[in-house]
Amino acid sequence: MSVLNPSPTGLQPILKPQAHHAPGNFITKYIFSTDHKVIAIQFLFTTLLMMIVGGALALAVRWQLAFPWESMPIVGPWLFAAEGGQISPEFYTMLFTMHATVMIFLVIIPILAGTFGNFLIPLMIGADDMAFPKLNMLSYWFMWPAIACFGMSFAYAGGPAAGWTSYPILADLPQAAPGSGTAQTYWLLGVTFIGFSSMMGSINYMTTIINMRAPGMTFFRMPMTIWGLFITAILQAFALPVLTAGGFMQVTDRLLGTCFFYPSGLVINNAAPTVGGGQALLWQHLFWFYSHPAVYIMLLPVMGMVSDMLSCMCRKPLFGYKPMVISMSAIASLGFIVWGHHMYTSGMNPAVGMAFMVATMMIALPSAVKTFNWTATIWGGKVQFNTVTLNCIGFLSMFIVGGLSGIFMAAVPVDVYFHDTYFIVAHFHYVLFGATLFGVFAAIQFWFPKMFGRMMNEKLGKTHFVLTFIGANGTFFPMHFLGMQGMPRRYADPYLHGYLEHLLPMNQFMTISAIVMGAAQILLFINIFYSMFWGPKAGRNPWHATTLEWTAPSPPPHGNFDVLPIVFHGPNEYAVHNGDHDFLMQTEKECQPPKPAEADENNDTDNDQEQSS
Amino acid sequence: MGKGWCLFFLFWPIAAVVSCAMAPWIGWSFPYDNAQAASNLGIRIDGLFYLILIVTAIVFVGTQAAIVYALWRGANNREERADCVHGNHKLELVWSIIPGVILLFLAIYQMNIWADFRIKKFYPEVAVKAPIAEVTARQFEWRFRYPAIGKKLQQKPQPDDLHSVNELHVPFGKPVMIQLRSDDVQHSFFLPALRIKQDALPGLQIPVWFEANKPGTYDLVCAELCGWGHYKMKAHVIVQPEEEYQEYLKTLTEQQFYDGLGKIAATENGSESEATEK
Repeated sequence: MSVLNPSPTGLQPILKPQAHHAPGNFITKYIFSTDHKVIAIQFLFTTLLMMIVGGALALAVRWQLAFPWESMPIVGPWLFAAEGGQISPEFYTMLFTMHATVMIFLVIIPILAGTFGNFLIPLMIGADDMAFPKLNMLSYWFMWPAIACFGMSFAYAGGPAAGWTSYPILADLPQAAPGSGTAQTYWLLGVTFIGFSSMMGSINYMTTIINMRAPGMTFFRMPMTIWGLFITAILQAFALPVLTAGGFMQVTDRLLGTCFFYPSGLVINNAAPTVGGGQALLWQHLFWFYSHPAVYIMLLPVMGMVSDMLSCMCRKPLFGYKPMVISMSAIASLGFIVWGHHMYTSGMNPAVGMAFMVATMMIALPSAVKTFNWTATIWGGKVQFNTVTLNCIGFLSMFIVGGLSGIFMAAVPVDVYFHDTYFIVAHFHYVLFGATLFGVFAAIQFWFPKMFGRMMNEKLGKTHFVLTFIGANGTFFPMHFLGMQGMPRRYADPYLHGYLEHLLPMNQFMTISAIVMGAAQILLFINIFYSMFWGPKAGRNPWHATTLEWTAPSPPPHGNFDVLPIVFHGPNEYAVHNGDHDFLMQTEKECQPPKPAEADENNDTDNDQEQSS
Repeated sequence: MGKGWCLFFLFWPIAAVVSCAMAPWIGWSFPYDNAQAASNLGIRIDGLFYLILIVTAIVFVGTQAAIVYALWRGANNREERADCVHGNHKLELVWSIIPGVILLFLAIYQMNIWADFRIKKFYPEVAVKAPIAEVTARQFEWRFRYPAIGKKLQQKPQPDDLHSVNELHVPFGKPVMIQLRSDDVQHSFFLPALRIKQDALPGLQIPVWFEANKPGTYDLVCAELCGWGHYKMKAHVIVQPEEEYQEYLKTLTEQQFYDGLGKIAATENGSESEATEK
């Protein structure tokens, strides 16, 4: 932030980032890079790798539910030779714990904030780089100790066996889950490391967005993507310290003998009675104070990106830009006062439950407003049915289900029945898989040309979408019915109970769908790696989009822009008469007069590559 | 091409609606062959569930249909440019206020049920006066402690208390209350048939009341992860007529305090404990 330039438009002073030299050798360019684009790509590949791990864990969980106590194919005989390839119940708890941990902390949060936040924030606001490039690099490299800690914790026998929510006393006292002694501590350290990583990222994003916008880029000219990432960064910065503090308290409970979370007189596993004065409920409050906003951390960036992509693919301005921004802020601020809806049955004061219920009901409102606005954006548009659009519609279609099933959860008396059953599993998979991951698939396809300078394959992309969409609905929709019938979560063998015996065929159907869905991701990886090297070259603006990143070369060089962008308009000016275009870039001052009639037919500009319909 | 995709996006909401409509007929609804809840409170909760289901079903069908119709129009759009619309203030107001009112109504509507269910002031007096048993969850079983016949449940275990494991008997025809606690980690007392769920928190004693509207044997499971054997916490709540219940308590007393000579030792111990109590 050393150089202060006067702004050409007089609207906004330009703050330059701390100048950093163009990278020299291989190591500073690709490994310890301070360039936000390289860091974004590092995040992308790391999270995709972790997605494979998390997906494999999920398939193992599904295997046990469909074919309980049968030898797991391929890896079973090798991993559990002693048990004849069976998944033991201890290992089953580790499987779902790690599935959630990996997917939440190592896939969804880093792929949104890390990959797209890093890549898009400077490019979309017209900055050279992030405000703190070194901090940015550190935020990536703090992921690796976290991965190492999670890996080590998983490798210990007994492992992290308390679910990703890590509720005391099970997570707090080593004797509660035999063998979990060191493993659970490593797990907590992993959460702390990934928390530091997110924290560094969010400070950086906030600073960059507030201070480094290009001249003319007022707050209400920022693309929705940036709004989503900005609000996410604020949420992270304010909510995360609470979880980190809670995590430390649990670590000291485990290692130093403090007693934040356990009371006196518990006889666990025939050990001596505990001596303490704590309260297990405290952890739940601390944990959900972060982890409920975390749900929005995992959703708001996608909402922003989908708004921009949908508007571009329908060639229509975003319907209701300001209501969208306001509803996003409303979701974020209400998000801080609804954490108690995870605790209706926990034993906290039931009157407090009522207050949380009203707040939770009200949070459905901004989500509904957003859904209506997206639908209105499609309405009257010229829809281009490419992979990006399909994934965006997939997002919208599944987000509606996730949002609506949330109303059942918000209603306290109904939630009492559905709490900790498969109904809730269906709900959050519709939000986190259905909404977030489809948004991410769309975003990868959309910004891939800017990241690597090449287009992704449309046929592969569409096949991937169809298989994933069918697989996801086949896996997650029946979960609602399992929940209706009262099947609790985290059961290694639900069929032990008489009233759940007949659910086996449904679970087998879901597992087969899950395998289809898992296998479909191979197409995504083929598509990414094939297109990186052999995809058709993309020009600067293959999608005819309006935001700033499309004025930079693809891929953008060190320092991003060859011409300093100056912003004159809001982000989604489509459907205008601008020469032979139907869009107005944010950097274009005004519309061009239409070209002479004979040039009308030729829609291809020099930069364009073929786009299949 | 575009129209094919519209059909694709139309297909899955239809499949969802059809499977939901079919659910009660093929046993995919509430447990025990779609039986309605086995308690009057549970029936009210089911009613609330169906109310929300109707509201959400209308919204689901409406929004999905709107999306597909918008896509269909978008695929057929032969115009050179899309409509240049930036938003509509009136429309925004309409679709904020209507869902807002509906949500607020739902929020206020359910407060009565919740109060009857969980706020202690509204608990049935009969149940509060004489808690029927203390339920202790531990890894991985349920333990029940009844007071001796004709006595009241005390906070601390008494020598003449009756104990059983994984089988809770309660009398039919009146609301009953249990004191829920945990010996070790957190568990959750889940009676699917009665729509009852309450976490057992270590260090706290939580009163839970319920009243079954027909006698029977109901599954009791644990709904909060409590360790590797979480799925094994299999127990039953047996709701039976008062006489059978008393009979059960008698058998339990005999089993527990039979001294081998045909006498029941409990009476002595009982008076002793009463004496110390005073």
